[in-house]
Amino acid sequence: MFENLQEKLNRVFKSLSGKGRISEKNIKEAVRQVKLSLLEADVNFKVVREFIKAVQEKALGEDVLSSLTPDQQFIKIVRDELVKVLGEKNVGLSLSSKPAKIMMVGLQGSGKTTSSAKLAAKFKKEGKKPLLVAADVYRPAAIDQLIQLGKQIDVPVFVGDRKNPIRIASEAMAEAIKNVHDVVIFDTAGRLHIDDKMMEELKEIAKILNPDEILMVVDAMTGQDAVNSAKVFNETLELTGFVITKLDGDARGGVILSIRHVTGKPVKFIGVSEKIDGIEPFHPDRVVGRILGM
Amino acid sequence: LSFEKLDDETLEEIEELLITSDMGVKTASEVIEKLKERANKSDNPLETLKEILRELLKIDSVEKHPELPPLVISVVGVNGTGKTTTIGKLSKRFVNEGKKVVLAACDTFRAAAVEQLKIWSERVGVDFISQGQGADPAAVAFDAVSHAKSKAKDVVLIDTAGRLHTKHNLMEELKKVHRVIKKVIPEAPHEVLLVIDATTGQNGLVQARKFMETVDITGIVLTKLDGTAKGGIVFAIVRELGIPVKYIGVGESIDDLRPFNSDEFVEAILGTEEFEENEV
Ligand SMILES: Nc1nc2c(ncn2[C@@H]2O[C@H](COP(=O)(O)OP(=O)(O)OP(=O)(O)O)[C@@H](O)[C@H]2O)c(=O)[nH]1
Ligand SMILES: Nc1nc2c(ncn2[C@@H]2O[C@H](COP(=O)(O)OP(=O)(O)OP(=O)(O)O)[C@@H](O)[C@H]2O)c(=O)[nH]1
Ligand SMILES: [K+]
Ligand SMILES: [Mg+2]
Ligand SMILES: [Mg+2]
Repeated sequence: MFENLQEKLNRVFKSLSGKGRISEKNIKEAVRQVKLSLLEADVNFKVVREFIKAVQEKALGEDVLSSLTPDQQFIKIVRDELVKVLGEKNVGLSLSSKPAKIMMVGLQGSGKTTSSAKLAAKFKKEGKKPLLVAADVYRPAAIDQLIQLGKQIDVPVFVGDRKNPIRIASEAMAEAIKNVHDVVIFDTAGRLHIDDKMMEELKEIAKILNPDEILMVVDAMTGQDAVNSAKVFNETLELTGFVITKLDGDARGGVILSIRHVTGKPVKFIGVSEKIDGIEPFHPDRVVGRILGM
Repeated sequence: LSFEKLDDETLEEIEELLITSDMGVKTASEVIEKLKERANKSDNPLETLKEILRELLKIDSVEKHPELPPLVISVVGVNGTGKTTTIGKLSKRFVNEGKKVVLAACDTFRAAAVEQLKIWSERVGVDFISQGQGADPAAVAFDAVSHAKSKAKDVVLIDTAGRLHTKHNLMEELKKVHRVIKKVIPEAPHEVLLVIDATTGQNGLVQARKFMETVDITGIVLTKLDGTAKGGIVFAIVRELGIPVKYIGVGESIDDLRPFNSDEFVEAILGTEEFEENEV
């Protein structure tokens, strides 16, 4: 029922074969198709506008007009431009302090607790000695959730006084040093970027910890508003990167382009299942087709 | 948004506003076309725009009343949208109406989902039926509905596990839960509420379509409207699938659930609402 972008572009370029040369008008129509496809994928409106401008300039400036295979030439420009925004290759974690500290932050329900446990499981598999810290004292049973996940993967969970996230964070560090953990993962409560008091709490935790990584966990199904929340989290906390969850669904994941564009920070991991091993390093080139719809 | 004349620039501004609300390009273009058509006949184009948006949301939302109690409400949706929290808030509303409520812990998969619902049941002071983690969700639902029927309870709220609509097995599991409920009360579940997170983009429509193919969705709950996301995807859901929005979630606390009001929703989408203190 739905024509994908490839087919649409083929149509744009095919309609002219036989009728002579590609015109600027054809390129503009092709660019319009890319624009629609990106909006369908939930790439933010303003981000699409800027991205499209770059593509159009390139397409008109380069040899698409005179190429024998204008469609392929055009698609290559779009892909290359997208990879340019997303970054060429995977950016890994940078964990230099001992113990290394990773703080997980984000909106409610994005997948912070699950991703915290997934990362802990990954470290454990690599032979490290992780500690999980339950710094969400607000959501009903959030601490229980992390304790149960910790049990599943045989990683200890520090809960402290179960009341004060800032105190829990600093006491957790003492515990980590005492028990020679080499990486500590802090699961924080979900919060809205416009909740000043809760954002202030994260800032204080970050001040105490000076984390190696502050990862914002973002749901792959997020729409236009992602740029707003990502921007505020990044400005408040100086994020080091993102984890995009629930990519095992069929969301196109345009949010990946949006947040990278507005923050310049890389996506480091993707969540690909509810299970504890469902986390993978992010490879920009692998999502390009998905975001474009081809 | 405010404007008096509909020039091209204004139309573009409106289209941008609608798309950034997550309404989707298709629905937004239709709104713009309608607006252009009707604008010359109207001397207040902003009011015309509101009218068009309200019309899109217009759909009869019937309250379900079973002949005999209990009323069974199943709450479904993808992961992390706010199902369990919505059940906590809903049960408070029913208790305020003097109803006796039973919560069914049918998310037996996610870590501490059972405990989370239990805490809500204690907050509100309602019955809680569970068989712990790992149990068969259909068996828990059967238990809860049987309990409610025999103990003359008024409402059963079924908390189901979050599941992506693309996972065939999990969608089949949901069907089974509903099938087993029918063994106790053939007309149940009387309501099936699909919970959609207001931050969701175009995938929201796909979710609604797939859940509707699986079970008989009777209404939408749009959560997390207390953020800056507008939840515009419900325009497409209401229009294409004919499912009404019944409630909105506006926070994490027990009272942060409100009946859906299309006038207020349209004002919020356009950013034209009067500032209003939250009523308690
Ligand atoms: N399918 C799928 N589900 C996921 C993924 N990551 C997390 N989830 C699910 O998403 C839901 C929310 O996950 P949580 O880890 O509780 O999210 P959170 O951000 O900690 O939530 P709050 O603490 O309430 O803000 C749960 O049902 C998880 O099982 C993923 O990559 N794929
Ligand atoms: N700001 C805000 N947060 C909400 C709202 N509704 C739910 N939440 C939060 O969203 C997160 C997820 O809520 P849950 O009720 O656990 O969601 P769920 O759909 O049951 O999640 P799973 O069972 O894991 O699929 C929690 O942190 C809730 O406090 C709302 O209306 N506004
Ligand atoms: K979510
Ligand atoms: Mg959590
Ligand atoms: Mg739940």
